Amino acid sequence: MAYTVRKFDAVIVGAGGAGLRAAIQLSESGYKTAVITKVFPTRSHTVAAQGGVAASLGNSEEDHWHWHMYDTVKGSDWLGDQDAIEFMCRKANECVIELEHYGMPFDRTDAGKIYQRPFGGHMSNFGEKPVRRSCAAADRTGHAMLHAMYQRNVKANTQFFVEWMALDLVRDSEGEVLGVTAMDMETGEIVVFQAKATIFATGGSGRIYYSSTNAFINTGDGLGMAARAGIPLEDMEFWQFHPTGVAGAGVLITEGVRGEGGILRNAQGERFMERYAPNAKDLASRDVVSRAMVTEINEGRGCGPNKDFVLLDITHLDPATIMKRLPGIREIAIQFAGVDCIKEPIPVVPTCHYQMGGIPTNYSGQVVVPGKRSQNEIVPGFYAAGECACASVHGANRLGTNSLLDLLVFGKSAGETAVETLKQSPKAHKDLPQGEIDRALARVNRLNTQTGGTNVHETRLDMQRTMQKHAGVFRFADLLQQGVDKIKQVEEQVRQTEIKDKSMVFNTARIEALELDNLIEVAVSTMVSAEARKESRGAHVRSDCADSAEFPDGRNDKDWLKHSLWYKEGNRLDYKSVKLTPLTVETIALKKRAY
Amino acid sequence: MTTRTLQFKIYRYDPDKDQKPYMQDISVEVDSTDRKLLDALVKLKAVDDAIAFRRSCREGVCGSDALNINGKNGLACLTDLSSFPEGKPIVLRPLPGLPVIRDLIVDMTQFFKQYHSIKPYLINNDPPPERERLQSPEDREELDGLYECILCACCSTSCPSFWWNPDKFVGPAGLLAAYRFIADTRDQATSERLDNLEDPYRLFRCHTIMNCVDVCPKGLNPTLAIGKIKAMMVKRAI
Repeated sequence: MAYTVRKFDAVIVGAGGAGLRAAIQLSESGYKTAVITKVFPTRSHTVAAQGGVAASLGNSEEDHWHWHMYDTVKGSDWLGDQDAIEFMCRKANECVIELEHYGMPFDRTDAGKIYQRPFGGHMSNFGEKPVRRSCAAADRTGHAMLHAMYQRNVKANTQFFVEWMALDLVRDSEGEVLGVTAMDMETGEIVVFQAKATIFATGGSGRIYYSSTNAFINTGDGLGMAARAGIPLEDMEFWQFHPTGVAGAGVLITEGVRGEGGILRNAQGERFMERYAPNAKDLASRDVVSRAMVTEINEGRGCGPNKDFVLLDITHLDPATIMKRLPGIREIAIQFAGVDCIKEPIPVVPTCHYQMGGIPTNYSGQVVVPGKRSQNEIVPGFYAAGECACASVHGANRLGTNSLLDLLVFGKSAGETAVETLKQSPKAHKDLPQGEIDRALARVNRLNTQTGGTNVHETRLDMQRTMQKHAGVFRFADLLQQGVDKIKQVEEQVRQTEIKDKSMVFNTARIEALELDNLIEVAVSTMVSAEARKESRGAHVRSDCADSAEFPDGRNDKDWLKHSLWYKEGNRLDYKSVKLTPLTVETIALKKRAY
Repeated sequence: MTTRTLQFKIYRYDPDKDQKPYMQDISVEVDSTDRKLLDALVKLKAVDDAIAFRRSCREGVCGSDALNINGKNGLACLTDLSSFPEGKPIVLRPLPGLPVIRDLIVDMTQFFKQYHSIKPYLINNDPPPERERLQSPEDREELDGLYECILCACCSTSCPSFWWNPDKFVGPAGLLAAYRFIADTRDQATSERLDNLEDPYRLFRCHTIMNCVDVCPKGLNPTLAIGKIKAMMVKRAI
């Protein structure tokens, strides 16, 4: 199969928030940079983020990055690396202010400053009471942010390869990453993007689940490529189920709705969160709220004819506030729930939303893997940022608004580190290993020639239903064990997918088949990591690891205060320690999590 | 679960094998969980994997799945299946006026070229302050109805002026973006932005036909924004 080689200083895969932020850094430093993206940049899924981005600007009341750090560590159920968390919370103000300077249309306070609203798990004074920390542009913060960053890249003349799909990493025998192979979706042409720095910003992979807030394009392409190149995936058992997806449709309703005063009610009209989180109530951490909702439904207090959802009520809010602060939510409620939320509550259920795990990195955005010398040896030439990466700032559960912050801080950090490394790197590119390129071509070749194979649509549904049933909000030992066998069977089917469409021109059937190759790596890593972790922590809660005197809330710090690492080769697990030492402040000491 | 059959007429063209485009008659079973046109398209693709269309967020914010639906531009993910009359096939074509790459996928190069031509980024040459640039809530409100554009191209590809002169007329989406920066109190390039639009085509080919307003899936009003730019042009000329 024919291919050509193009040389760049840096190649970025993905043009969502993290990719665009990294691209700004590289383009403005004058390095020849290619950004490869499956969709036009402003169609990336960052566009769907609603409620805001966290930064302790203190525009409405006193706030401090150290409080934000405390909340993030607590939110992570102590699985987050405290050095990376301190780094992120300290950088938040700078990164949000930069966005404002790029032109992002934030809402404003009466004093003209960036508007901030309360959000789940964000508290002042080390967990005391809710604080306004989420910087928002109405309920379209992700859209406003993504467009502002794309616009900044237009100004910086960044070179985009739009509607190109990255196929595989090119990694040589010494482990150094030398670029990626990619396909032009319009023509089927294959190009090796040779680069001294390769940055993955490929986003999440929520499409492994049947019911998800994620876009169709969120197929874990970066994770699949990394896994096939021998890079382990970290903490894949931790998936966030957002409390408020529209029942049936899965479309996201921002936590900002509760930040503005929205209340969750069961069939009796009761504000049930008062029982589960007496202090933070509806603004407790997402994993806590989602479990409370599922418990209400399981105990027969769900709403509707099948008692299978709860209600998100904002009918008590001033309609003017809804129109000003939550206009997009009203549109979504009308479009996807068939209700006008000014007059009627919105039916909602916990829905798969965010992957806390990913490609392991340090806080400089460099990909790190266990090696002979340390648990975190740098993979030369390889960086990752945003949802595809695991720095790890979210640990076992992410706080709302920390995802947009993550992609800003670590997109920038990965870009800065790449720039510094490029300054010291030799002029010439290293030689490309032919075998690695052939590996990518072999996947495409197989699809072009496969006959009598499995159907992509059906196989993907099998995977999604397996994940939904066996690795959901609550987890059970027997279901997880069965899930491991089942997902391995689905994996066999994925190896034999067949497409009827063999056209070279914009062949979306082929793209979906290639995406499924990536999704299945994520699904297997999730199921295997979840089955193995014999404790409850953050979003991973097992019925056989319940609350006890020895292990409050089922969390077992003695045996499980460690990161999982799943390797595709041999389908094996390894573990590494959590970084409990921050950069400058004292460790946030372990304690039971309560809201 | 109740199911029903939907009939479609879909524009098909794969330059790799087709001599010329044709309309394909095809039907698909949908059930009560399929609410939107995009749900039906995804089911259609499970029947015939060669049908090519763009889609991503499926909630009307990414702007990928703009199509010409029964003669009118709109997003597949925001079009209710219940809005279609019973017994008549649903006619799907690619957005008009742009080159077709394949099936329902158009080449949007010209559309984005016009968007890029208006310098769609904030221009402010003062050294950036330590903190945010201040903007009053009232000044910020001027951006409402402008910044929410999702670049789906429903508007520009329903505009006869854009059909005639896609290379010279900026089109409603680009002009809405131009006014978004003109209206921003933080932007310092108003005069330069007006200069950039001062010719017989770029702005003035808008004849207030208002197809753009009629089709915008986000309820935006490019004609109003264009009118404001025209008024500023007139004001500075006298």
